Amino acid sequence: MSINRREFIKLSGLGLTGLALAIPIFDWATSSILPSNSNPYTSKLIPTYCEVCFWKCAGWAHLNDKNELWKLTGNDDDPHCNGRFCPRGTGGVGMYYDDDRLKTPLIRKTINGKQKFVESSWDDAFNLIVKKMNTISNNYGPESLALFTHGSSGAYFKRLLKAFGTKNITKPSWAQCRGPREVAFFNTFGEGIGSPERVDIRDTKCLVLIGSHIGENMHNGQVQELSDAIDKNASIITVDPRFSTVASKSKFWLPIKPSTDIALLLSWINIIINEEWYDKKFVKKYTYGFDDLKKHVKQFTPEWAYGITTIKPDIIKKTAKEMANASPSVIVHPGRHVTWYGDDTQRLRAVAILNALLGSWGRRGGFYNPEKKKLPSIPHPKYPKPKWSWKEAVNGKYALTFSSLANGLVDATIPATDREHNIKGWFVAGTNLISTLPNTSRTLKAIQNLELMVVIDTMPMEITGYADVILPECTYLERYDSIRVSGHREPTIALRSPVMKPKYNTKSAWWMAKELSNRLNLNDYFPYNTQEEELDWQLKQIGSTLKEMEKIGVKKYNREFDDLYPLSNLDDFEFNTNTGKIELYSTAMEKAGFEPMPKYTIHEEPPEGYYRLIYGRAPMHTFSRTANNPNLTDLMDENKIWINPKVAKEWDFINNQKIWLENQDGIISSFPIKIRVTERIRWDSIYMVHGFGHSNKKLTRAHGKGISDSELITKVHIDPEMGGTGMRGNFVTFLTENPHKGVQ
Amino acid sequence: MRYAMAIDTKKCIGCSDCVVACQVENNVPIGYCRDWVVEATSGTYPELFMELRSERCNHCSNAPCVRCCPTEASHYGMGGIVLVDPDECIGCKACIVSCPYDARFVHPEGYVDKCTFCIHKVEKGENPACVDVCPTKCMYFGDTDDPNSEISKLLKKRKWKTLIPEAGTEPNIYYLT
Ligand code: SF4
Ligand code: SF4
Ligand code: SF4
Repeated sequence: MSINRREFIKLSGLGLTGLALAIPIFDWATSSILPSNSNPYTSKLIPTYCEVCFWKCAGWAHLNDKNELWKLTGNDDDPHCNGRFCPRGTGGVGMYYDDDRLKTPLIRKTINGKQKFVESSWDDAFNLIVKKMNTISNNYGPESLALFTHGSSGAYFKRLLKAFGTKNITKPSWAQCRGPREVAFFNTFGEGIGSPERVDIRDTKCLVLIGSHIGENMHNGQVQELSDAIDKNASIITVDPRFSTVASKSKFWLPIKPSTDIALLLSWINIIINEEWYDKKFVKKYTYGFDDLKKHVKQFTPEWAYGITTIKPDIIKKTAKEMANASPSVIVHPGRHVTWYGDDTQRLRAVAILNALLGSWGRRGGFYNPEKKKLPSIPHPKYPKPKWSWKEAVNGKYALTFSSLANGLVDATIPATDREHNIKGWFVAGTNLISTLPNTSRTLKAIQNLELMVVIDTMPMEITGYADVILPECTYLERYDSIRVSGHREPTIALRSPVMKPKYNTKSAWWMAKELSNRLNLNDYFPYNTQEEELDWQLKQIGSTLKEMEKIGVKKYNREFDDLYPLSNLDDFEFNTNTGKIELYSTAMEKAGFEPMPKYTIHEEPPEGYYRLIYGRAPMHTFSRTANNPNLTDLMDENKIWINPKVAKEWDFINNQKIWLENQDGIISSFPIKIRVTERIRWDSIYMVHGFGHSNKKLTRAHGKGISDSELITKVHIDPEMGGTGMRGNFVTFLTENPHKGVQ
Repeated sequence: MRYAMAIDTKKCIGCSDCVVACQVENNVPIGYCRDWVVEATSGTYPELFMELRSERCNHCSNAPCVRCCPTEASHYGMGGIVLVDPDECIGCKACIVSCPYDARFVHPEGYVDKCTFCIHKVEKGENPACVDVCPTKCMYFGDTDDPNSEISKLLKKRKWKTLIPEAGTEPNIYYLT
């Protein structure tokens, strides 16, 4: 009986069918790759900050008595983690021990008419890269090189490529993730949200989450504050078609019909204005365009929204009142991964406007004003001025973006007749573009047009398969990196120092970039001989030293100004917008030819027999980055498709049955996925965790486990305002027979 | 002295940090675990209720595993912590069968293993690894014989339950509800 119970509900420890019958699934792993079973209760501590996700928690690596990496724990002084790593950070040891890591430089060669990767020396790899960079530069100009980056190591390649003469440098985390919210808040408050988010969850009385699944997205400090808020009885309002973890902890869960969030937001604005529940003094003193807004939302009543969202008018009113009661200690959370339907900037504008009406900006329990320590950059000559950029490829579209667009760089790589310039070489550092960018076939088309592709990674992610040269990076536990400076309630800096010697023939990105700079005659941009010297110089400029940081890991500074909540007392404040006010009516957006106030647009609905594909996160994984981590795959090694019982009944599905998915464009998943029949998802949608379904056999733990949502996201709704790639407008149906049978 | 754990289901998010932290702390081989997370959902969309629970050995005051162990390898240690002495364990699995919580497993090295309440840390006055790491701070460890301990106070203030109380094992893991 007990075995059944655990089979039915167990979330982690998935491998075991009842411990009594425990069979090691990964018995190769027991002794071969993880630290030996010594009695490690003595330990040496080395400071680091985590690289398993962008939150970058600072902590300590503990060595056991054999000087092997034993465990990772949080640094008590770090506001990102307050001494507690999340499951991924704790399992970060697996990043080091993973025996599928890239182990030596590889070069693509054609041998007997067949393309192969052959092992190479660092010298040969660098010489080849430099030769091709120079050829591209001579033929098309240095601007024809581009960099895609995610994570810490990108910084050094960024320096290298800027020195070489290009600004085609991008982070997929902008257009594929949080760009719309930054643009929307910037056009409302004159400032963005930043990372970690400036939300004062710890002290809030009401937290409103629109599709944001905090707790499943394990943004550590934020999750911790959510827990504090629950302790203090804050009311949580969650809007999500899925009964997310946080929905289960909410006072109100609004199971909204997907793609209709703007209608709900507009009706909240309507009622808050009509009932005069807004913060009148705040609105009067700080905002621009209130009367226009009032007129604009007049028609968007809760009754109107009911017909669109399926949320009852009295719930809309009740939740609006709940927010108003908590005002100004209320947060309508901007979310993080917000590229959904292509009108995302407008949706986030509605979120920003709602916050402005509730007076939560710059107030305790709302949005605080973070402060960052200014770290001087390494002295080097000025970067040359590039003559063109990827923007040529998009013809003045996406006017509101203030960061480069990964998809724009892809466009600029695919030749077009109306354009003079094309990107010809890619550096890809720490991002698996095959699954981070939607529309894989377009990415592959761009890759076919490259004369050089260099991939810098620790793992044989799918993207490495397309490289000309693969540079194996050592993991974050084996290297120094840039000093972490981040804005928070109080400024802190953190050091990442090498815990272990690099395993295999792997190297740090700093070293790679420096070696390349020498060969490109760009040595002046890397003026120090070692990374230690570079870091020590920088730290000395802000009153610390490398020696001090090796001891403490995190250093806190006092705020320069006492303005954590600058608008608490309704003090005068000049916002960085055209009018100097919080723009309820956006003058900049109007000028750029976009709606100055958000409108609801109808989105396509799934055709008969199809369901909307919704994807999200699991707390033990960071996209595909962790999909092969031995410790974390032990917690969760595949994604499942969540299907509502009604739908399951219609299709005659049972739990754990394997099916294939086909999307609206006829694209079929490469692998099957197991079914999870659950009430936690709406009947018009299905849900899966992103980051699975890896096709590279070299990822031995991840290969063929679950499916990749990215390959099914072929219809991308581009946000005309800033170029974000909306990915929630895809629909899938189910195939019960293997569609790949007989196909090689 | 009676060591116990209280876990706040209102805060637990089922992240499994407690599982991986335990594995790393105690060198639990991959493929095995001393603690695990359970999700229990009831109701019909959209009237739903969900509880997330981190589970492990209950360190029962009336432990069937201790009673049935033929070699006394399973025994009570400091503060009632239920322990297995690997050198005494013959791997007969009687304890595994007797445990209503399914908390025990055979370690690949042949002996029975399970949660120790991280006694090596508790002896030093520290918290167990899972308690230390939990990002929601939803786990509390302490002495329920001491009325002034944080855990005793919580159990007085909050509603709680234990798992399968009808088995009569007198479990020492409490779930705040
Ligand atoms: S949130 Fe987790 S994965 Fe991200 S940096 Fe912190 S510990 Fe690492
Ligand atoms: S670490 Fe804490 S929040 Fe996460 S599953 Fe365990 S008990 Fe729950
Ligand atoms: S108390 Fe220690 S041994 Fe027991 S589950 Fe927690 S971490 Fe594991």
